[in-house]
Amino acid sequence: MNHFLKKALADICSNRVLNLITIITISLSILVVSVFLLFFENASRVIESWNQGGRAMIYFKKEFHPEMLPELKTKINALGGIDRITYISKTQALEDLKKKLSTGTAFLKTLKENPLPDALEIRMTSYHNFEDVKGLAQAIQAIDIVEAVEYGQGWLEQFLKIFNLFKMAGYSLCSLFFLIALFITANTVRMAFYSRKLEVEIMRLVGATETFIKAPFYLEGLVQGFLGGILGLTALSISYLTFSSGMTQHLAADVFVDIRFLSVKIIVLIVFGSTFLGWFGCYLSLKQILK
Amino acid sequence: MDDKKTKNLIMRLFNVRKRYGGILALNDITLDIEQGEFILISGPSGAGKSTLLKILGLAEKASEGQILIDGMNLARISSSRLPFLRRRFGMVFQDFKLIPNRTVYENVALVLEAAGENRSYIRKKVMQVLRTTGMEKKQKALPPTLSGGEQQRVAVARAVVGNPSVILADEPTGSLDATSAQAILDFLMDYHKKGATVLIASHNLHLLETHVRGRNVEICDGTIKRTATML
Repeated sequence: MNHFLKKALADICSNRVLNLITIITISLSILVVSVFLLFFENASRVIESWNQGGRAMIYFKKEFHPEMLPELKTKINALGGIDRITYISKTQALEDLKKKLSTGTAFLKTLKENPLPDALEIRMTSYHNFEDVKGLAQAIQAIDIVEAVEYGQGWLEQFLKIFNLFKMAGYSLCSLFFLIALFITANTVRMAFYSRKLEVEIMRLVGATETFIKAPFYLEGLVQGFLGGILGLTALSISYLTFSSGMTQHLAADVFVDIRFLSVKIIVLIVFGSTFLGWFGCYLSLKQILK
Repeated sequence: MDDKKTKNLIMRLFNVRKRYGGILALNDITLDIEQGEFILISGPSGAGKSTLLKILGLAEKASEGQILIDGMNLARISSSRLPFLRRRFGMVFQDFKLIPNRTVYENVALVLEAAGENRSYIRKKVMQVLRTTGMEKKQKALPPTLSGGEQQRVAVARAVVGNPSVILADEPTGSLDATSAQAILDFLMDYHKKGATVLIASHNLHLLETHVRGRNVEICDGTIKRTATML
């Protein structure tokens, strides 16, 4: 293994320009993918924050009586996708309102009766797909005693539409860059192979196995992919650090959420993905050449 | 008697043909090779000597016919086993086939690296062979900086370093001066005396006949024209 790694590194050094172009191409692809992932990760947190983690309010008609609660909870839970249900009585709702308003609550004392309805606060397990949320809300709305279901339908629908549009654009761009990087990697391996055609021919003649012949090429692809991934992430982190000091703080104030860098899990996944990209490019190339 | 002879056969070729496109390079070659034999494959340029050596060394496939190696039919041997069979052959090429950007040491060591030998054994064995071929001092040199004779010595060193039981040499003295050619032949003869089978393809009959005791297989236009014992 050590022998193969040394050989792969020596080959990368001997074809510096070609390998550098490949590594830069991979790193650019990784940068594009990472930028989108950074956006999606933070956008998801923004949605979660705005939506308070998939929160919806179910308001009941005046005919509602607390004794109906167990049956209603069972009905709602049976619809699926419900994480938690909390009952908020009209009295508690009024108390909460008083606490929130803190000042200027004098007018509330003039009310003859509590105008607020009894309600259930529900938390959904999945709330990134608007159609699912809408479907669940409609199913709840169909229950007789329910007056209204509030889940931020106005802004959430618009926001999720834009978010999904970005997602589609992100997927398309990522796929495109993945293909470009794959093509460049495969081409680099092909050129490296042809430049070492005599060496490969001699290796075969002296009894080298296919594994012995291919291993340095695969390692070269893996090293290229790995370095490309690291370089791409380094570029992203430098850009993030540069902008985060100013822009993200303003953004954070606007969207009520702090902008964070990619999680360790995502970073590991990106590096793994780019390393796989290098290997896959090599695999495709060698499969074509050696068939 | 026949049984005894069969036991010593390491390779058998039956009606072997080799085509390159529409050109028939070898036609109906039937040949038995015994263990420990010294065979000179002679004939004019373009007769098919190199093609025959390449087929014997498993560097190329025959278009038709059968090849038996130690009684095993080559056609029935899986391609994954071929590298292991090739290690039984040491090949010396007319154009040396040395890797230009690898040192003399690395070129010779490649055979043992491919066989998966450990580093210390490779070092010991390669140095031993380089000493025997007189290339020890040039171990760090790159092939393009060497003379033709020196490159051929490296090629011979590479052919024998894996202790193959068969040596196949294609025009090993072709482009060398008399002294270098003599040194290469002496080395191959010494290796043969240790029990190896040696096959040399050459059109230089005069040079070889003065040294070789074995069999001369004469090829002309891709067919065996004559087989004679050389004394």
